[in-house]
Amino acid sequence: MATTGTAVDVVMPQMGVSVSEGTITKWLKSEGEAIAADESLLEISTDKVDTEVPSPASGVLQQILAQEGETVAVGTKIAVIAPEGAEVEAEAPPEPPTQEAAQEAEEASGAEGEGPAAEKTEEAPAAPAPAPPEPEAAAAPAAAEPPAPAAPTADDDNGRREAKFVSPVVARIAAEHNVDVASVEGTGRGGRVTKKDILGYIESGQAQAAPAPPETEAPQEAPAAPPQPAAAPPAPAAPAQAQEGETVEPMSAMRKGIAEHMRRSLDTSAHVTSSIEVDMTKIAALRQRLKKEWAGSYGVNPTFLAFVARAVVDTLKDYPWINGEIRGDSIVTRNYVNLGFAVELADGKGLIVPVVRNAETLNLLGMAKGIADIAQRARDKQLLPDDVQGGTFTITNPGGYGTFHGTPVISQPQAAILGTYAVVKRPWVVEDEDGQDAIAIRSMMNMTLTYDHRLVDGALAGRFLRDLRERLQSWDESTE
Amino acid sequence: MAVKTYLQAISDGLRSEMQRDKRVFIIGEDVGVYGGAFKVTQGFQEEFGAWRVIDAPLSETAIVGGCTGAAMMGMRPVAEMQFADFISCAWDHLVTVAAKQRYRAGTPVPITVRLPSGGGFSGGPFHSQNPESSFAHIPGLKVVCPATPADAKGLLIEAIQDPNPVLYFEHKHLYRRIKDEVPEERYTVPFGEARMHREGDDISLVTWGAMVYTADEAAQKLEGEGISVEILDLRTLAPWDKEAVLRSVEKTSKALVLHEDTLTGGFGAEIAATIGEEAFESLDAPVRRIAAPDTPVPFSPPLEKAFIPQVEDVVAGLKELAEY
Repeated sequence: MATTGTAVDVVMPQMGVSVSEGTITKWLKSEGEAIAADESLLEISTDKVDTEVPSPASGVLQQILAQEGETVAVGTKIAVIAPEGAEVEAEAPPEPPTQEAAQEAEEASGAEGEGPAAEKTEEAPAAPAPAPPEPEAAAAPAAAEPPAPAAPTADDDNGRREAKFVSPVVARIAAEHNVDVASVEGTGRGGRVTKKDILGYIESGQAQAAPAPPETEAPQEAPAAPPQPAAAPPAPAAPAQAQEGETVEPMSAMRKGIAEHMRRSLDTSAHVTSSIEVDMTKIAALRQRLKKEWAGSYGVNPTFLAFVARAVVDTLKDYPWINGEIRGDSIVTRNYVNLGFAVELADGKGLIVPVVRNAETLNLLGMAKGIADIAQRARDKQLLPDDVQGGTFTITNPGGYGTFHGTPVISQPQAAILGTYAVVKRPWVVEDEDGQDAIAIRSMMNMTLTYDHRLVDGALAGRFLRDLRERLQSWDESTE
Repeated sequence: MAVKTYLQAISDGLRSEMQRDKRVFIIGEDVGVYGGAFKVTQGFQEEFGAWRVIDAPLSETAIVGGCTGAAMMGMRPVAEMQFADFISCAWDHLVTVAAKQRYRAGTPVPITVRLPSGGGFSGGPFHSQNPESSFAHIPGLKVVCPATPADAKGLLIEAIQDPNPVLYFEHKHLYRRIKDEVPEERYTVPFGEARMHREGDDISLVTWGAMVYTADEAAQKLEGEGISVEILDLRTLAPWDKEAVLRSVEKTSKALVLHEDTLTGGFGAEIAATIGEEAFESLDAPVRRIAAPDTPVPFSPPLEKAFIPQVEDVVAGLKELAEY
């Protein structure tokens, strides 16, 4: 390739329209290490998904500009890949706060500043409902929001931002001499700092007087000149102090997201839970038979969950409110089902709810495949932003560990969540062929429906669970 | 050293090679008895005979086709297009055969095609063009655009002895207007080496051909205003001296590319793109191009003046860059 010789910047990718920032969870390469194009370079965590970021180019990871744990705005430069064969600059000075960086910092802080306000607007009952319900949009730029009364200082910022363009050569000289361009007086068009201006500034010795960032890569203790203003952590929450015998670890972005969502859901919906016992004996037998057939033909497992999901989708047709949502003063129902599945991550320390879209179009096999696919991609961090958005009903399946009951929290802004629990063999009273009661060994599963009582009453939930049970107990294979 | 016109320098170079190398011959319309439309070959037929100074029929296709065959058989033909504009008739032989023969079969095709080009004397749309970028785009062809008498001679001799097809654009407006010292002896000017026409610190002006003189006048005007312009005369476009241009831009951080050919797809685009790609971090202003507008060359003198970049245009462009 003839196109070598130029270093390539790595920027925080845009993981979905509503995502405005991301947290660096792990650098998979360290400075000076070689990397191939498309090889995974780092892991990031956003409000929506955790994912790996591939390297945009082959070469050497020359410089890491945002450290693990830092949250930066989308588009922020986080690393530099030097071309193959290039000398690695061991002592690359930390990037000085250039105009662009300062701008990004302003934007980032602006977005955060607007966060809470935007969120309030979203939840205010009077607000006209924006088309795609996106509670997580709080952290996103205010673009999607209805005109909020407090749309604060954006104009002032814009005015200042336009003032100075930093040309490539000025940016380079500034970086080489650790000069803050903003402190140089510009004589170019519109006050732009020209090459002559910055060279004159350096020659005059003013650069030395300025509070230059440290020359080495030694731990930076001087809080006066952070190398990356854009990377400043969003909230000034002081880190917790560890007491005797305690260990303190920072909360991951995902953990924070879950915490916020759970609290908000409980503050929003009136949670009520109803339970039902379902005889899965017929399904269990069918599973045993299908297992072999599917393993050979499709490489997918007919899980209990797939059967339940199929039955749920069919049942939801008759209960549109349970597949619906309260939006402002209105009730929204749909002619489709986007089925969310809670998937545990990180040994139970994380949770994500990827969505099987248009589940109403899937037969049992399609459903099993869809669930397997999103679960696998969730664990491999390969989910796309769209995979975790737009759910209309959620199933959570904590039964894998033997639990037989629970009270899940609704995934906002949905109306209900179904919990499925361990399938256990229990003595069960059945009617024999003569209509006599008998005790039989049956494969039983408990299910809970946790619903938002603002929209769904107990009777409706009860009917839904009854119909769901009926579908599963009298599974009609011919319709699949 | 004698002072000669640009036209005499071309004539001298041609004569030098005709005398030195029996394989060299001249073919073109009216090059023999008449001595050429611009009298470059005046007296050549008497000196070298009708078999070495051939009056061709009015067919550029036949002229260049014949040259291509002769070159493949070991000769060193020098073709004259009466006007560079007419070369379009010879496109197929040049581009399809001559440019690719060496690559395809390993046969050298040492043709020199002399192309009286450029405007400035109301030649109108068929007698004023500067079609150099079309050929600089073709791998296998070399493109030469001398600006000074000394370069005109040295580059022509280099072209004749080069084993590849060379398009030699001689600017008509320079023929008798430009005079300078030209060494008597035989010498060559290598391809791909720009000439530093004028050193400066603030802006790099990259140009070639007749525009070197327009650039020079503009630079002189700005000198009094404290703007120091460096002028690079590329001399050849294929190959072109990228290193010299990048070196200059690294020094000045601002670049203006000037050519008489029309703007879109002109060779200035290639230079500007290269500066953008390879000297981006040296730039303190956008790379500026000044060229003719994208129209045929007008016949009317005031329109032609508006068409061909003038000193005032270049001064304005340079000032804009200086103030950026």
